[in-house]
Amino acid sequence: MSGKAKIRITVNGAAHEGEAPPRMLLVDYIRDVVGLKGTRYGCDTSNCGSCTVVMDGKSAKSCTFLAVQADGREVTTIEGLADGSELNPLQAAFQETHALQCGFCTSGMVMSAHALLAHNPAPSAEEIREGIIGNLCRCTGYVPVTEAVQSAARRMKPEGGTP
Amino acid sequence: MYPASFDYTVAESVEHAIELLQRSGEGAKLLSGGQSLVPLMKLRLVQPAHVIDIGRVGGLSDVRVDDAAGVVRIGALATHAQVGASSVAREKLPLMAEAAGVIGDAQVRGWGTLGGALAEADPAGDWGPVMQALEGRVECTGPAGVRVVDAASFFVDAYTTVLADDEVITELQVPVPSTGSAGAYLKMERRAGDFAVASVAVQLELDGAGSCTKAGVALGAAGLTPIKAVAAEEALCGQPVAPEVVDAAAERVTDAANPLADVRGSSDYKRAVCGALFRKAVDIALRRHWGENVKGGHVR
Repeated sequence: MSGKAKIRITVNGAAHEGEAPPRMLLVDYIRDVVGLKGTRYGCDTSNCGSCTVVMDGKSAKSCTFLAVQADGREVTTIEGLADGSELNPLQAAFQETHALQCGFCTSGMVMSAHALLAHNPAPSAEEIREGIIGNLCRCTGYVPVTEAVQSAARRMKPEGGTP
Repeated sequence: MYPASFDYTVAESVEHAIELLQRSGEGAKLLSGGQSLVPLMKLRLVQPAHVIDIGRVGGLSDVRVDDAAGVVRIGALATHAQVGASSVAREKLPLMAEAAGVIGDAQVRGWGTLGGALAEADPAGDWGPVMQALEGRVECTGPAGVRVVDAASFFVDAYTTVLADDEVITELQVPVPSTGSAGAYLKMERRAGDFAVASVAVQLELDGAGSCTKAGVALGAAGLTPIKAVAAEEALCGQPVAPEVVDAAAERVTDAANPLADVRGSSDYKRAVCGALFRKAVDIALRRHWGENVKGGHVR
């Protein structure tokens, strides 16, 4: 099968049908076909993590996936976190702890943290640092990011849960 | 960066994948998680005419104990994260669970598969040395059926294995070490997420008196392929693991290492790192044997 492949991806809860040449990368599909520009194109070599999205519940570097690999899967991008104009707790925590300066890595960083908290709702600082190894920040550094994730974890803790 | 154009087919089953491979010849590549293949294709280091996606083939990602055979069977499509989190792996093959946790980053671990990593045969890969230290075997399925290859003879050269053009890795079979056996996997990185400067896998079986009855030692990023340090294994066996025994074995480890100089260090430096990691890994394995909770994995 050469030419284009028909694919169906659920992006932020909405089904999206389209066509992609097999060599098209998922990051390009999200940005240029679906039209969501929050997912960043960073190093393009699977190092920096700024293109991270959540796919079927797991963080994924969208520059290291072919769009056809996402066929039939559920993708969440940074645009899928906020509820209207209300920031998701992670986004709010990033804002409050000043966990970004230039912001380029932020959407990927937040998506990695989002996947981390889904699997581990109360991570230690070390677990957070390990969890975001795949996301590089070149200006803010990782201390405020770690604080933001911890703060969000506390905020998202189920009622009556132990700290 | 875009990969060169290719035809793409989703394989419905292992048989289907083999049929497609037979039809495409050596111009085809299997795609599972894509965490190695896609970057290589983007750099155009690999330009397959046909990509066969086996990532959706069912039933190839279980991690289960086969008591009759005395092995853990790991489906080739199991991801690094799955092995790291698997209660079977953590209980029966803690060395594998430890190695799973230090591969790449969370994104890679969640999608990259063991079969894919073995087939890529990156000289700095983690599973090669771990499989060799544990005397694991690789099940390869082709048109003529199944053959099982020892991890020690699976790797031929950098990025080259014994896998034929029409074969698919379907399973890893790893013997369950005896009770009282302990090991450690250590990987030295210059910084988080980088490829290993060198890595060492050690698995020791000790009897009640602390004498070593069996040893598995293998090195990663220490040559074009993973290296099973057989002479070091022999030097450890048949006696308690006393400091002078470790000294003698460490010398054989550095003799076995044949690392290439690159940005991560000179050949001599990496050889020295192999010796140092080996000593540390033996120390951790012994302490684990005696019940101590010691951290292995990354050395930075």
